[in-house]
Amino acid sequence: MFLPLKDAIAGHVEDGQTLALEGFTHLIPFAAGQEIIRQGRKDLHLVRMTPDLIYDQMIGAGCARALTFSWGGNPGVGSLHRFRDAVERDWPRPLELHEQAHAGMAVAYTAGASNLPFGMLRGYLGTDLAKVNPDIRSVACPYTGERIATVPALHPDVTILHAQKADRRGNVLLRGIVGAGKEAAMAARKLLVTVEEVVDDLDAAPNAVILPHWIVTAISCVPWGAYPSYAQGYYERDNAFYLAWDEIARDRTIFRAWMDRHVLGTDDHAGFLRSLARIGMEAP
Amino acid sequence: MTPWTRDEMMTVAAARLLWDGCVCFVGIGLPSAAANLARQTHAPDLVLIYESGTLDSKPTVLPLSIGDGELASTATSVIPLPEVFSYWLQSGRIDVGFLGAAQIDRFGNLNSTTIGDYRRPRTRLPGAGGAPEIAAHARQTFVVLKQTPRSFVPRIDFCSSAGFMNGGGERARSGAPGRGPQVVITDLGVLRPAPDSEELTLVALFEGITPDQVRKATGWDLRVADRIDPVPPPTPEELRILRDLHARTQAAHARPVELPC
Repeated sequence: MFLPLKDAIAGHVEDGQTLALEGFTHLIPFAAGQEIIRQGRKDLHLVRMTPDLIYDQMIGAGCARALTFSWGGNPGVGSLHRFRDAVERDWPRPLELHEQAHAGMAVAYTAGASNLPFGMLRGYLGTDLAKVNPDIRSVACPYTGERIATVPALHPDVTILHAQKADRRGNVLLRGIVGAGKEAAMAARKLLVTVEEVVDDLDAAPNAVILPHWIVTAISCVPWGAYPSYAQGYYERDNAFYLAWDEIARDRTIFRAWMDRHVLGTDDHAGFLRSLARIGMEAP
Repeated sequence: MTPWTRDEMMTVAAARLLWDGCVCFVGIGLPSAAANLARQTHAPDLVLIYESGTLDSKPTVLPLSIGDGELASTATSVIPLPEVFSYWLQSGRIDVGFLGAAQIDRFGNLNSTTIGDYRRPRTRLPGAGGAPEIAAHARQTFVVLKQTPRSFVPRIDFCSSAGFMNGGGERARSGAPGRGPQVVITDLGVLRPAPDSEELTLVALFEGITPDQVRKATGWDLRVADRIDPVPPPTPEELRILRDLHARTQAAHARPVELPC
């Protein structure tokens, strides 16, 4: 169960799969996403409520064929330029969009986790989203006849999460903003987790968010594995990095040079962090 | 030139509309600044709920993202994201939801998805996020948007979240539980829906702004109320608190995280 990240990705992530890297602003599995880029996975159907910088990198690196998402911006900063370039100009390849709203994705994960065929919500009212996403449909309530919007259940081949810690049996603890992490985990066929540390005792309240060891496929200990997002109690979100990314990602050449140097040109996440520390963030 | 910026005036105008004890669904950017200004002035018991699941956050610096650690560590509780939308929004427990957009039409319908055709957009925007359900379920929404002919358009390119649809009561007939966009705050003044047609109507102006300026900044023939109220300028107290908040926030966001190597 405990594997180096390189082996976890090599052993469980295949070309063409549907992959969900979740974590709502917090606990985004950057180290795992960048390892997928290093290993050159392609034709992936990426699923994530907020693609964030990690999917901007994976899309720009050519890993993705399709994207299921509900909000594709750089939070508080503006555009995800690689995502935009793919949608607006097919670069580096066309990206098929399965666009939802947050509430729709939340029930789609919940339905997947519950082994139901679809999730339902009083949602998408009066919007154009159903016109561009044929997966957004409706059913009549069998009791009142009310039309209720539906979205198909999400069943990722692999869900990848980052968490604060695991114990030696492989129980995983998440705390702080958990997003739809638990639902994405329970909806998946395989669950890979990166953690800040492995401890003897999780020291968690009984109602804490814990993914028990028998649903976890593999765990990799990757300190700072959510950087430049954050892990509450370990390190803060690097908002300066998110601001700097706007310049890095805006231009294809600068983006490629940055990826070559810091992701493709490094062996692992520790190497990535060292390469960033060397330049500081002033010169993209 | 006024001794405050239009952004500051917008923020102050939005803050004043929030009442003590109000349960407010906050977005990042200006709405978050307005809500926290209100909390630090006239509405200390304002409840801030952020989409990331932080209930009753009391941040001392504004978040850059909707899920900054500051929001979680100052919250009364942090809940899973599906609960935010089902137990809080869909169940009707939000008094006011803030919305922004790239485009708005005369009935307060909003576009935050694409400029141009959806399949081959000129500009791909981030998308709807939580907006469609905030727009549907919050008891009312406040829209905050700078007023230009490019953003106030006769016809939005994509409807990401519904306002009054085609007006004249269509929204209520559609079964939408909330009352929709009851206020639109721009950088020039305030618009509200007319009671009958539900068409957005200019009802208040910021200092130094004329109705003609607002008409010119609108892509349709804007309705102007018979009586226009002036919006009182920011008080020194409001400005001081808001500027302190922004200064603390800027310093916090510019501080790079010390890497572990």
